[in-house]
Amino acid sequence: MIEARLALRHPGFALDVDLVLPGRGITAVCGASGAGKTTLLRVVAGLEKRADGVLRIDGEAWQDSAAGVFVPPHRRALGMVFQDAALFPHLSVRDNLAFGQRRMRGAGRAPETAPVIELLGIGHLLERRPEKLSGGEQQRVAIARALLTGPRLLLMDEPLAALDERRKAELLPWLDRLHDELEIPLLYVSHSLPEVARLADHLVVLDGGRTLATGPLGEVLPRLDLPLSRDEDAFVVIDASVGEYDGAYALARLDFAGGALWATSAPRAPGSRVRVRIQARDVSLAHAPQQSSIMNSVATRIVDFKPQEPGRILARLDAGGTPLLARLTRKSAELLGVAPGMAIYAQIKSVALLD
Amino acid sequence: MSPSGVESIEFGAIRLTLELAGLTTVLLLLLGTPLAWWLARTRSALKGPVGAVVALPLVLPPSVLGFYLLVAMGPHGPLGKLTQALGLGTLPFTFPGLVVASVLYSMPFVVQPLQNAFSAIPERLLEASATLRAGPLDTFFNVAVPLARPGFLTATVLGFAHTVGEFGVVLMIGGNIPDKTRVVSVQIYDHVEALEYAQAHWLAGGMLLFSFLVLLALYTLNPGGVRRP
Repeated sequence: MIEARLALRHPGFALDVDLVLPGRGITAVCGASGAGKTTLLRVVAGLEKRADGVLRIDGEAWQDSAAGVFVPPHRRALGMVFQDAALFPHLSVRDNLAFGQRRMRGAGRAPETAPVIELLGIGHLLERRPEKLSGGEQQRVAIARALLTGPRLLLMDEPLAALDERRKAELLPWLDRLHDELEIPLLYVSHSLPEVARLADHLVVLDGGRTLATGPLGEVLPRLDLPLSRDEDAFVVIDASVGEYDGAYALARLDFAGGALWATSAPRAPGSRVRVRIQARDVSLAHAPQQSSIMNSVATRIVDFKPQEPGRILARLDAGGTPLLARLTRKSAELLGVAPGMAIYAQIKSVALLD
Repeated sequence: MSPSGVESIEFGAIRLTLELAGLTTVLLLLLGTPLAWWLARTRSALKGPVGAVVALPLVLPPSVLGFYLLVAMGPHGPLGKLTQALGLGTLPFTFPGLVVASVLYSMPFVVQPLQNAFSAIPERLLEASATLRAGPLDTFFNVAVPLARPGFLTATVLGFAHTVGEFGVVLMIGGNIPDKTRVVSVQIYDHVEALEYAQAHWLAGGMLLFSFLVLLALYTLNPGGVRRP
C-alpha cells in the first residue's frame, strides 16, 4: 500500500495530494497537462527535494518531513521510466540493464535477468547502442532496466507519449504483459484515456495539482462530476469473462455482473477474462427491448443524469451493480421521461474488447 | 657558445616547458572539473561572478595578471605571507610560482570546455541514474564524466597547449632563469633579442608545428565537439 500526503509549491503551481493507493496493479494518474501528474511522480521518486509531506510504501517512510525523513532517490527501491526512456547513450543495452542491477548492493530480491529480458522481448537487442533502437524498443529496455533494480514501486511517466501511433501499438502488448505479471504497484502517468482504459486498475484524477478523484477504474469512470465525463469519448470499462464463443458468427458472449454482452471477436476460450470498453455515445435508452440491429440490450436503472451542452444529457445507469454511461439528446430524455430510479433498457451499439 | 651548450639550453627550455604544461594541465583538470561541474549545474547567484572571474584571463593582458600575481605572491602579498608562514619562501621567480600563474592563466581553457560538456548532459540522464541507485558521486563518475569525454579531451589539449604558448605571465612571474623558469617562448625571445635568428627559427618553427599538430589532432579526433545523446 502506498500512502502519499505530499505538497510542493512552485511559483504559479502547487501540488497538494492525499492518496492511499493499492499495493498491486496499475494506478493511472491522469488529468489535463499542467495538472501535476509528472510532478507527483517526481515527488514520489524523491527528485523534487523541496516537496513536503509523508510518503510511505508498505509502511516504510521514504519521506516524512515533520520527522526530518527524506530518503534520497538512489536509496528508494523504485524504478522509473521516463517519457524519453533516458537510456545512457555511452552504454550498450546490456550495460544499461546492468547499471541499476549492479548497484543493488545485495539488497535482497535481486531479480533474475533472463525472465525480465524475456518478459520485454529485448534479448536480441543486448549488444546494441540505444541510438540504434526504435522508440518502442528504447522504452522496453528502459522498463527492463527499471525492473532489474528489484523495485517495490514502478513509476512510468507517459512512456507512450513520445511514440508515433505505430510504435504505441507495438509497445502496448508488452505493457499488457507487464500488467498481468507484475507483482508490484505501478504508477502510470498518462493523459490518454484509451491507454488508461486498457491498462489501469485504479485511477487518480488530478486537476490543478489537487486530487479530483481516486478509486478503482470501474468506480471513477462513470462519475458524472469529473471532467472525464465531459469528454466526447466518455466511457466505462467492464471486466467480463467469456461465457461462450460462437464460431459461426465470430461472436463472444461476455458475462459481467449485470448481464451479458455479445461482441465480435477472434476466437476466445470460455472462462478467459476480458476487459470491455463501452462509450457513452454508443449507449441508447428504450423502455422495452426492441427488435433492431443492436444486439445488446441490458436491463438497467437510471442512477443520475447531468445536462451537457449542447442539448444533451449524460445518464449514469446501474446494470445489476455495474455502472454504465449513456449520452442522449435532451429531447429524447424528455420523451422517455428520464428520471433517477427509473428502470430502462440500455441498448449498446458497440463494445470494444481491450486486448 | 658551443653547439652542445646551445643544445643543452634549448633542451632545458623544452623540458621545462613540457613539465610546466603537464603539471599545470593535471592541476587544472583536478581543480577545474569540480568547478566546471558546479558552474554547469548551479542555480546560485554566484554563478555569474565566478564564471566571469574564470574567464578574465581571456581578455586581460598577461602583464596585468602577472603584475597582480607578483604583488600577491610577493613577501608582503597575502599569498606570499601564506607561503612564508608555511616555510615555503616566496613564489615569484621559482618554478612553483610559474605553475600557480599558469594554472590561473590557462583556467578558462580547461573550465569552459568542461562546463559546456557538462551543461550538454540532459538533467534527465542524471535523474535516471539516481533512480537506478547511483548516488551523486557514482552518477558523476559513471554517467557525467563518460558523457563529457569529448569535453575532457578538448580541455586537456587546450590547457596543455595554451600553457606551452604563454609568454607574458611567465616572463613577469618567472623571470628568465635557465633550467628554472626559462621556458621555450622566453627562450625564443632571448634568441631574437640576441639576434640569434637561426636558433629562434629552430624553436619557433618547432612551436608552430607543435601547435598545429595539437589542434589538428583535436579537430580530427573530436569533430563534433561534445557528443549529444
